[in-house]
Amino acid sequence: MFTAINRRSLGQFATLWRFQSTLVRAEHHNNQLTPITLNAITAARKVGGEVTCLEAGTNCAMVAEPISKVQGVKKILVAQHDCYKGLLPEELTPLILATQKQFNFTHICAGAYAFGKNLLPRMSAKLDVATLSDITEVKSQDTFVRTIYADNALATVKCNEKVKVFTVRGTSFEPAAVAGGRAATEQVASPSPAGMSEWLEQSLTKSYRPELTSAKVVVSGGRGLKSGENFKLLYDLADKMGAAVGASRAAVDAGYVPNDMQVGQTGKIVVPDPYIAVGISGAIPHLAGMKDSKVQLTVTRVIVINKDPEAPIFQVADYGLVEDLFKVSLSMMTRLDIVILKV
Amino acid sequence: ENTKIRVKPDHSGVVTDGVKHSMNPFCEIAVEEAVKLKEKKLIKEVVAVSCGPTQVTETIRTALAMGCDRGIHVEVSGKDYEAMGPLQISKIFAALAKKEEASLIILGKQAIDDDCNQTGQMTAALLDWPQGTFASEVTIDGEKVKVVREIDGGLETIKISMPAVLTADLRLNTPRYATLPNIMKAKKKKIANMKPADLGVDMVSRVEVLRVDEPPTRLAGVKVETVDDLVAKLRANGTI
Repeated sequence: MFTAINRRSLGQFATLWRFQSTLVRAEHHNNQLTPITLNAITAARKVGGEVTCLEAGTNCAMVAEPISKVQGVKKILVAQHDCYKGLLPEELTPLILATQKQFNFTHICAGAYAFGKNLLPRMSAKLDVATLSDITEVKSQDTFVRTIYADNALATVKCNEKVKVFTVRGTSFEPAAVAGGRAATEQVASPSPAGMSEWLEQSLTKSYRPELTSAKVVVSGGRGLKSGENFKLLYDLADKMGAAVGASRAAVDAGYVPNDMQVGQTGKIVVPDPYIAVGISGAIPHLAGMKDSKVQLTVTRVIVINKDPEAPIFQVADYGLVEDLFKVSLSMMTRLDIVILKV
Repeated sequence: ENTKIRVKPDHSGVVTDGVKHSMNPFCEIAVEEAVKLKEKKLIKEVVAVSCGPTQVTETIRTALAMGCDRGIHVEVSGKDYEAMGPLQISKIFAALAKKEEASLIILGKQAIDDDCNQTGQMTAALLDWPQGTFASEVTIDGEKVKVVREIDGGLETIKISMPAVLTADLRLNTPRYATLPNIMKAKKKKIANMKPADLGVDMVSRVEVLRVDEPPTRLAGVKVETVDDLVAKLRANGTI
């Protein structure tokens, strides 16, 4: 299970990548590049041209080095100021606008995670340009693909804005290699603090299990588990496999598990291989969380266990076992020593 | 809500004719939060705004039935409506906020059709107001708002000055059902009508949807009867 809520220390940094330009923004925690940054850099490179990174934070000295090693990054712009504590969009927006005025980038992007989604639209509205959210493919410097209707349709979109702003779905792009890069670093001045927002604190759930959105194997439970206690069976199995544990919205709403375990449209998007769904019926919102345009094309195996043969989730199953999840013994499953979960 | 969507055969979009439209779930949560703040006497008046063709007045009536005081329908239809995106909507909201001297704008964090998650952030930018997005808890504290936000891996707390823009996340509250007496009362509440041009807003969009496709279909899966069958199949194709 999860340990108690943990407070993260504030060694935070924001990195925006600009591409010749794409500005990609990445976040660092404890000197490590957040994975989605590397995916965003790949997307930026697909646009063509030079990639510049803008890093902003309270202590940038620690951060410049890892980014400078990333393949494909030409330059790093660094802005350090106490007002970047908490990486508030109200403070970062004037900074990006100032660097945009100075360097005139053609594209600005960031990973489509909480930080990027919060910041980029604010910044793009100031430039009077649209933002394309959560793109899954770069077709050309002005044409992108993104999902709509909770991943039930793909829209190919052409952007005619003078600066193209977009956020990148991390799971749709390979991470850029952190090797072979030798970017130059340049300091940039920080505009005066806006001062309209104050960052107070953060509480992140800490778990020794893999993080849901980047786990190689995910086991998810649905309302079929019938209680929070029954989820223990999934936790036990996940521990044996080194898997992350997720849940359907129905299970979260029923109070069986905390809400940050939710996989689905309004929860997290996961791309493991395999993904095991236990006692989940497969209403659209959950399917959207487990699918991804990259997943459609790769070999992610979805294994489904549900006693209702008509459950929609079987439509996306590679292997489906129609069986009451409580009937199959755990021991039988664990001898498989892979991701088949049965409760 | 769980209606399956269909892509049009000519790939120009998604079929919307004949499909029942209802209030975006995140917007319902936003309306509920506004009404709760009014019930706590922290705000004086709640105005429900929607941009779109005539049908949106039904959605505004639902908001009025939930407890909003009056509505504003900004009429956008035809090609303008098809091209309307968060940037255009945020310009309308910003203009209205100034006109109405609003102190708080609450919206849903995203629409479940275009999944953009931008309108709140853009509106805040145009007004130069702070933003409290993906809010799971909102507390008004004098002239400031404390917002607990849902972020990757947990929660974050910020304190922002008013006037401000908030966007509602799933766990902010549970929207009420409009009761029949309130639905009847709502019929008497006023909905003002206007066009974007009345607010000085240019609806031009520089983003075009070239085509809409269904996601690639998965190959049909295999059904098995027992765990032993499943194990055997997985062993046979090298999964284990």
